[in-house]
Amino acid sequence: MKFGVVVFPGTWSDRDCGWVVDQVLGAHLQYLWHKDTDLKGCDCIIVPGGFAYGDYLRTGAIARFAPLMESIGEFADRGGLVWGICNGFQILCESGLLPGALIRNASLEYRCEWTNLVVERSDLPFTSQCDEREVIRVPISHGEGSYFADPATLSRLEQNGQVVFRYCDVEGRVRPSSNPNGSLHNIAGIVNSRGNVLGMMPHPERCAEAELGGTDGLKLFRSVMHSAAQVLTA
Amino acid sequence: MEERKLDERKLREVALTRDEYRVIVEALKRPPNDIELGMLGVLWSEHCSYKTSKPLLRRLPSSGAAVLQGPGENAGAVSLGNGWAVVFKIESHNHPSAIEPYQGAATGVGGILRDVIAMGARPIALLDSLRFGPLPESRRHFDGVVAGIGGYGNCIGVPTVGGEVYFEDCYAQNPVVNAMCVGLVRASDLMRARAEGTGNKLLLVGADTGRDGIHGAAFASLELDEDSSERRPAVQVGNPFLEKCLLEACMDLSLTDAVVAIQDLGAAGLTSSVAECAGRVPGAGAKIDVSRVPRRERGMTPYDVMLSESQERMLVVVRRGREADIERIFETWDLTSAVIGEVTDDGHLTVVDHKEQVARLPIQLLTEGAPLRRLVGLPPEPAPALDLDALPPPADIGAALLRMLASPNLCSRWPIIRRYDHMVGDATVIPPGGDAAMLRVKGTKVGIAMTTSCNARYCHLDANLGAQLAVAEAARNIIATGAQPLAITDCLNMANPDRPEVYWQLEETVSGLAQACRSLDLPIVSGNVSLYNESAGGAAIYPTPVIGMVGQIDDYDRRLQAGFKHEGDFVLLIGSSHNDLGGSEYLKVEHGMVAGRPPELDFARERAVGKLILAAAGAGFIKTAHDCSDGGLLVALAECCLLGGIGMRGPALNPEPPLRIDAAFFGESPSRFIVSAPSRATPELQSLARRHHVEIALLGMTGGDALELEGQLKLTLQEMRDAWEGGLEGSA
Repeated sequence: MKFGVVVFPGTWSDRDCGWVVDQVLGAHLQYLWHKDTDLKGCDCIIVPGGFAYGDYLRTGAIARFAPLMESIGEFADRGGLVWGICNGFQILCESGLLPGALIRNASLEYRCEWTNLVVERSDLPFTSQCDEREVIRVPISHGEGSYFADPATLSRLEQNGQVVFRYCDVEGRVRPSSNPNGSLHNIAGIVNSRGNVLGMMPHPERCAEAELGGTDGLKLFRSVMHSAAQVLTA
Repeated sequence: MEERKLDERKLREVALTRDEYRVIVEALKRPPNDIELGMLGVLWSEHCSYKTSKPLLRRLPSSGAAVLQGPGENAGAVSLGNGWAVVFKIESHNHPSAIEPYQGAATGVGGILRDVIAMGARPIALLDSLRFGPLPESRRHFDGVVAGIGGYGNCIGVPTVGGEVYFEDCYAQNPVVNAMCVGLVRASDLMRARAEGTGNKLLLVGADTGRDGIHGAAFASLELDEDSSERRPAVQVGNPFLEKCLLEACMDLSLTDAVVAIQDLGAAGLTSSVAECAGRVPGAGAKIDVSRVPRRERGMTPYDVMLSESQERMLVVVRRGREADIERIFETWDLTSAVIGEVTDDGHLTVVDHKEQVARLPIQLLTEGAPLRRLVGLPPEPAPALDLDALPPPADIGAALLRMLASPNLCSRWPIIRRYDHMVGDATVIPPGGDAAMLRVKGTKVGIAMTTSCNARYCHLDANLGAQLAVAEAARNIIATGAQPLAITDCLNMANPDRPEVYWQLEETVSGLAQACRSLDLPIVSGNVSLYNESAGGAAIYPTPVIGMVGQIDDYDRRLQAGFKHEGDFVLLIGSSHNDLGGSEYLKVEHGMVAGRPPELDFARERAVGKLILAAAGAGFIKTAHDCSDGGLLVALAECCLLGGIGMRGPALNPEPPLRIDAAFFGESPSRFIVSAPSRATPELQSLARRHHVEIALLGMTGGDALELEGQLKLTLQEMRDAWEGGLEGSA
């Protein structure tokens, strides 16, 4: 299993994702430079958090034009696993690999805090190690993480079961008070209709070791570890 | 006559005195030209030359077995004993933040990051120390500064893990904004910014040079007045994205052997950067060609280029012939780099514009030539005395505690903390909000604890004792995590030292710091002095010597936090309480007074208590520890409950005379901790305390959802939380 971690100028979760893949998970790690086009045989591409190209203009707006993003688009079209986290989610939306957009937090402030997420799809390569409707604890860290889509897109996402994570309380109840950023329908993460491209605002790579406050994020990495090969050979 | 007038104006523009001008003419044996005058003006500013504070700063201890780099470099460095070095420094950005809060604070963060990067270290954490006037009046400062710190730190991907914020009237016009950065480097890869090797090339990298920030250093060395807002061009604008690229490129530099030195461009820009780098090598000089400096705008003069304080720039000294290797690294990160000059052996900084020489000054004149100012200190009016007998006892202890918890100086900092990314880097093993934060050294079990601390109200009441207490409290913050304090970086924020009572405060502050550092065996390895923090209206800040401290724990699995962890643990007070209400938050909140003398500090007791906590933590006797200081015992207990989400119940607390009840509950005696321990370990803890000759008292047992002292006080966690979390409401 080989994870590719994308590095744009301004990316900062690359090293954290790399740490988890390499040191915690013990999988093969390959950093991928934004100017390259070769995905170097990676089985799962992580587009990590940060401020790619400074997020100038609009989050992810410039990153989508990176040479590497074209290869990632083709890789996704072939069914390859692509996992956007935080800024990576924003970039995947800008690139059209996922529907909708991430806009400014309703509080108009940056938020770095732990959130509870209810896992609504545990049949995906990214979540197979989670139980159905399991509540996992994963931190967020963003200023523009409020998920937005037009009503038609939103209802399509809901009908197709493409919402993977929703902000909830400790009990798993999806409430306005458990929504940290104003996301529509408390959406924290979605998947494309084919199920191979995941975008999420919370940071699973920040909770893969107990000393950092929790290990729920590791479940997602382990899921990919177990499932990726099956998807690719399907 | 005409020429003389022009001169005066020019001198004022570069903030030099007539006497200083005469020294320059004498040294050069000719009058300086305009460019030279500008260069000397910025380097001889208080901000760069420390001409007022230098004679005093020499008194501070800066050596120790673990010290790898003391003051004089971009940052200090201390060995962690396992091949790693921790690099750190604190710096002020008070004046820019007063004028332009967001950018002032943001560029303060950017500057301190570059200081650590210049040492070859990767920045792993940021901390800050902030002072504002009361809310809501000082909201513009507060909101802008908090947003600016977050805006820069969040974007560059270095976690902001700690800090402190206080609100006092004296900071209304002059906020204090200090930023500290902590970095990690293999001790063998530690860099020093020394321009060694004649013929080696000077490479300017990062941002293009613009007109921003010209005379910033000089501006920082003046009092703020009504013209200050017109100095807004002296405040720079930060670009954290560019600095992130600069950071990564500089980390890549260590992969080559082509780099001799890296130097940050901060205050006084290119002039100071080149002069300091050459000044550290006896006899070295430098020649630079301003025409080769990449520029942001057209029509810039050599003067503009030499004095620009454009952010996100670094000077790299590269081995001759290896320029291409280094330029390639910066190209990878789409950064501009340009060879702008070279190291010489003539001891002069020579500036040419194409072929034409526009300035030539002896390096030593620039860096060491500023005549030291030996000012005279006079003690100020003594602080108003405190008549304890006139203070009525608290009518309702619970109500008083709720008011204390809601005080802006004591309430929860969470509304600020959550605006900062404090987790990026996957190293934060103790998050902000407790005594000190802790980051792990990845791949080892070593934890680095870090904190900033200063109770400036104490310093106002007694500058010497206040400085001692600041050091002691920082050390307790570190010890409360189970870590051993290692070393200090300090930022002395003071008012106008030209006033004898302020200079006296500065002298007393330094002597208090020196005494505390010697007594607790803590060297000061880096620091910064910020003077003239007062306004034309006469409002002077309290002496505010902010202490940044780092400590080390060899196995972070043994780290301690403040919040209670388990129900049924014993809660104990370690250390003794006295009638220490002078300068306390209780006195301010409940009686509206800033008066009296700060608590006495007994270093023997302070050391004993610290040793006891570390021994108890190492032996696993205690599960949590919390420094008991600001707000006193009840506030500390409430914090233990709120941070852990577990209540506490104990018998009524009836202090033995002469200890007063208000002092027992809200007095701020130093050298105290609140710990929780499993019941079975408590006898061992008590005998350990006896062996260390430290007082220990059982307060109660953890559990339930209230803080209760039988018959005296009962507040639910929810009641306390509402007060504590609402303290900054409408302000963040």
